[in-house]
Amino acid sequence: MLILNCPYCGVDAEETELAAGGEAHLKRFGPGSSDNEFHDYLFMRENPRGVHFERWRHSNGCGKWFHAARCTQTLEVFGTYSAQTTEPPQEIKDAITAKRPGWKWRDYE
Amino acid sequence: MSEPISALNHASYDGIATVEETGLQGMITLRGDLSDKVLAKAVKDATGKKMPGQREALVDGQTGVCWMSTDELLVLVPYADVEAKLAAMTNALSGTHALAVNVSDARAVFQISGMKAREVLGKLAPVELSAEAFQPGQIRRSRLAQVAGAFWMDDDQTFRVVCFRSAADYVFKLLKVAAQPGSEVGVY
Repeated sequence: MLILNCPYCGVDAEETELAAGGEAHLKRFGPGSSDNEFHDYLFMRENPRGVHFERWRHSNGCGKWFHAARCTQTLEVFGTYSAQTTEPPQEIKDAITAKRPGWKWRDYE
Repeated sequence: MSEPISALNHASYDGIATVEETGLQGMITLRGDLSDKVLAKAVKDATGKKMPGQREALVDGQTGVCWMSTDELLVLVPYADVEAKLAAMTNALSGTHALAVNVSDARAVFQISGMKAREVLGKLAPVELSAEAFQPGQIRRSRLAQVAGAFWMDDDQTFRVVCFRSAADYVFKLLKVAAQPGSEVGVY
């Protein structure tokens, strides 16, 4: 069972109280972008074994969206953080580096 | 005008705890910037309570205010006063980026009381309900089996549970099953 701490209401919410929102930090390619960029934005998702960044919504709770960094292999949670950001904050990256030295996810490492 | 009645009109059940639908409760959803002084004053005027902190519920009987999220409050007032309080609040908040709406008739309220009240609710919500973790003065929004619900404690043996009116019958049946005689788990 995955337990994530909601950064908005501070609750340790378990999986059934949350709704998964897919991969985090997608950059939208809309009108004016090339077909390849649009294709990648629509379909190409990370499917890592290890460090992953996701969006979650505290749907049976405060209703807010937030980000989570976790390991898909062990279900270890490295941290959760605000949705009002376009990239993982430094303290989350540091927390991951402490436990998974040399990790890489898309352009972040 | 016909007389308003609550979803289950005071239905009740006695088991390891007493479950009762409490009848009509005035509720106003207030959204806005919770650090705004105008908002805090509007809440104070309507309920006599200060602005609640994160997950705080400042409730006395039918009057109070609960923290619902970083930009949302649930203001509780007696059902008969809700229109007047809402009008005063809307007036006080004019010019502020905030919204107050009367949601009284969209909700149902239950009371669970007795020594085993924590157990009854603990069977339905994925929440740590031990006396150390959950106490009067706190509110928790969560789920009750398959529907959304929120609850706080009036005293150490009494919960007040709020759910959507459309799910009132479902929640009452859930609570009845969870409160069946002989179904104590003995964890709390």
